[in-house]
Amino acid sequence: MSRPSVIHCVLLSTLLLSLSHLGFADEPSVTIQKVSGNRMLIALFESNSHVSRACRVDEPILAKLESLDIRAAATCSDSVFVRRVYLDVIGTLPTAEEVKGFLEDRNINKRRLLIDRLLERDKFADYWAMKWCDLLRVRSEFPINLWPNAVQAYHRWIRDSIRQNKPYDQFVRELLTANGSNFRNPEVNFYRAVRDNKPETIAAAVALTFMGTRADAWPSKRLSEMAVFFEGIQRKSTAEWKEEIVFVNLLDASIESAGGRPTSASFPDGTRVDLLPMVDHRQVFADWLVRAENPWFTGSIVNRVWYWLLGIGIIHEPDDIRRSNPPSNRELLSLLQCELVKSEYDIKHLFRLILNSATYQRSCIPTTDRPEAERNFAHYPIRRLDAEVLIDAICRITGTSETYKSLIPEPWTFIPGDQPSIALPDASITSPFLELFGRPARDTGFELERNNAPTAEQMLHLLNSSHLLDKLESRWNPQTSATSPRFGRRVRRSVAAPQSAQADVTDVYLSLLSRYPTSHELEVIRKYTSEAEAQGNEAMVDLMLSLINTPEFLYRH
Amino acid sequence: MKHEPTSISRRGFLRSGLCSVPGLPLANHFCSSASAARSKTGTAKSVIQIWMWGGASHLDTFDPKPEAGSDYCGPFSKPIETNVPGIRICELLPELAKQADKYSIIRSMTHGINAHETGTYLVQTGRMPGDSVSYPSVGSVVSYFKGYRAGYQGMIPPYTVLTKRLGRFSEAGFLGQRYKPLVTGGDPAQDPFAVEGVVVEGISERRQKERRELMHNLDMLSKAMPRSPKLAALKKCENEAYSLILGDGAAVFDLAQESDELRESYGRNTFGQSCLAARRLVEQGVRFITINYEGWDTHKNNFTTLRQKLPEMDQAMATLLKDLSERGLLDSTIVWWSGEFGRTPKIQWEPPYNGGRGHWGSAFSALVAGGGFKGGQLVGSSDARGETVKDRPVYPCDLIGSIYQRLCINPLEKLPHPLGKTVHATPTAEEGVPMGGLLTEII
Repeated sequence: MSRPSVIHCVLLSTLLLSLSHLGFADEPSVTIQKVSGNRMLIALFESNSHVSRACRVDEPILAKLESLDIRAAATCSDSVFVRRVYLDVIGTLPTAEEVKGFLEDRNINKRRLLIDRLLERDKFADYWAMKWCDLLRVRSEFPINLWPNAVQAYHRWIRDSIRQNKPYDQFVRELLTANGSNFRNPEVNFYRAVRDNKPETIAAAVALTFMGTRADAWPSKRLSEMAVFFEGIQRKSTAEWKEEIVFVNLLDASIESAGGRPTSASFPDGTRVDLLPMVDHRQVFADWLVRAENPWFTGSIVNRVWYWLLGIGIIHEPDDIRRSNPPSNRELLSLLQCELVKSEYDIKHLFRLILNSATYQRSCIPTTDRPEAERNFAHYPIRRLDAEVLIDAICRITGTSETYKSLIPEPWTFIPGDQPSIALPDASITSPFLELFGRPARDTGFELERNNAPTAEQMLHLLNSSHLLDKLESRWNPQTSATSPRFGRRVRRSVAAPQSAQADVTDVYLSLLSRYPTSHELEVIRKYTSEAEAQGNEAMVDLMLSLINTPEFLYRH
Repeated sequence: MKHEPTSISRRGFLRSGLCSVPGLPLANHFCSSASAARSKTGTAKSVIQIWMWGGASHLDTFDPKPEAGSDYCGPFSKPIETNVPGIRICELLPELAKQADKYSIIRSMTHGINAHETGTYLVQTGRMPGDSVSYPSVGSVVSYFKGYRAGYQGMIPPYTVLTKRLGRFSEAGFLGQRYKPLVTGGDPAQDPFAVEGVVVEGISERRQKERRELMHNLDMLSKAMPRSPKLAALKKCENEAYSLILGDGAAVFDLAQESDELRESYGRNTFGQSCLAARRLVEQGVRFITINYEGWDTHKNNFTTLRQKLPEMDQAMATLLKDLSERGLLDSTIVWWSGEFGRTPKIQWEPPYNGGRGHWGSAFSALVAGGGFKGGQLVGSSDARGETVKDRPVYPCDLIGSIYQRLCINPLEKLPHPLGKTVHATPTAEEGVPMGGLLTEII
């Protein structure tokens, strides 16, 4: 790709920035259209007024890129940043007002301040509870049967833990050593969310979730040795429907008669440990697991957080850590591990560190086609929005809501009409849209269960479905719908006054793409509204539909 | 698994080897087994799966038990004879009774699971839950072996679902997005049948084209990164979608092209017209069509509900069998009727059920017709009350394996397991899946 020189770029982007703000004057500037398309485009996505300074996270990455002779991408523009950070941190599009507020903010620290604000939003807990519920397989039925009551309690516990920013080692320890009722001590559901109560199955789930490794690939002895720590976990039901007590029976006579509890076991690293009677062996395992010097533990979580925010793990796949799958950047991984331990397992600290890095704030436009560039974080990799995030965004910008259903009928779960799908507690509660767009079923806890690859059926739905068209029309034709009168009034006015039609277009751009339209785009739209078959509100429906179908909307970028 | 002795010459073997795969002698052996050679019908090309969503009562459809008394059969105590001597079905299915020579009833289906999702998974995949990943449904497996990879060039995706998505159990499992079905949405009983994404009322072709151009003109990210492989993949999906929107996709779903008389005889309701749409899809070469037929989870008021639903089902299915047969399509089209399980044989008369039936996985019925399956047969039986299997248990994988055999899918062909595990199209004994053997008696 040919790129303009830096100086040229600065001048141009300043020019474009001012023009794009002024651009919705009645007559779009003709000169702007003559500017080479490529440079104008780059200015939409890249910033020269703001250059993120390299911090310690960036150093190992820049060193690696230098050794590969790859130039890192430029810093992303403010509008790209505001959109990206909202989507990545709280799984929610920024509103037009939030975008405007951020773009107009003159504080040089505004990116850092925005990151801090987002990390404190309730939606942060909602969105990351969703991700953790994927990994912890939180659903009512099949292939594991948690049932609705327990799912609700477990989801609430996970979300509360995230909201409190519970230290990660404590979070894991509480899950691994839980005892009691699935309703009253919801963390015991960790042990119920496995497909059977066999010690090997539990050990494999622990290895996948907290060590990021697939026990299928282990020597079988390693798994059976680890399984020893999870022997003797029992469940008993109570008089309450679907209530179950999970506990370790230290006095189980049948175990004694079958040769007694094991007296020693091996951790996955091969260290042997004596097991004392009358001790819950899960405690012994948890003590080993959550140590600062356990690379499986710290490495797996920092790598996951990196993967969640940057789309590619330092070790990739993030849950396939093994000797033959080395990290792409060992220094980066150990730096993050140190940070995690130093901060006493503060996950938000990791988020803050990564989000403030120059690496995270790079543009998505690659400087080279070499595949190593993306693998080594030379640019921000584009990814299609998660199914939940996408439908929430569409509902937000159209002022509509969705209906969610579960096949598991009892107890009845009330879902308020305005509930975002990122806050759905249960993968058994779903909608055709979520299924079509690859929401994970939460069968396995594998990251790859979430499939964001596009399909023709998805495009068919986005381009031409009555589901989507109804939503758009209810925004622009309120007479046919009860929702969103505000937009309707504005449009009725707009038919008479071209001035406000332009305000509508600006509003559409701010709320869909988190940026102002360029004068080139305004001209395209002006032409469409005057020459195309669709007129008035229909043209606005077409505009929104078209923008929804651009990768700029569909992809994190 | 019993196999009939093969007495077929090498030449005959080759002649009948319609789907011979070089280097895969097993496939040939499999497809030209004695039973396939004996039937003159050739191999099946398409499947219409009628999914009795929620689990239909076996006692109130194809396995009536009037002798068990009114606590079991309720008001449906007078089953009717069919055109095959010795086969009786529910009195509310008189039209299907006239077509019994075209289908076989399996009265000994079993898997023992009484939960919707798990039962659905078992019947749709043939496998027990337990592996760490989800398996593909039959439709996705058929799409994998007989769809695009096998040179399928139809306009409509090879696996199509009418009209609602069942959720992930009519899904591709680990086969991935490419093998998910097209789900039509809309209602074929309405004119037009607004197939989601394909048919939109009131939007002209001109507007579609102008809108597409607008979208391209406003697509700044693709212009900024013109060589992105990810955006190229998205573009490909968009092109495929538009080939349906702007192509003749809508015509396939335009049921107004059928005569009013035929439309009436299918029944002017969602299920009836779905059956008609399914026949049109078969004519297009679509490999696997699922009709998700809602409303069979009759915990309450089972009999009131069925008095209304069974005549609808009867009319549509009987017309479908007749229509396929008259058009010469039944020989190459399998019709498979089943839900995730049957329903509790002993009726719950007490409130709040008021004559309801719960979930029942230990014995239930399925029906198969066409595609080389013999008609007019009963396979297996349940006990006097329909509670357990009396003889010849048929597990989901037996039925699914038999369908694959009719479609000429080699049971030992491998599925691409994401963790590298060796898995075959049809579960094998090593997987520990309970099985009673292929349905050799009706193949």
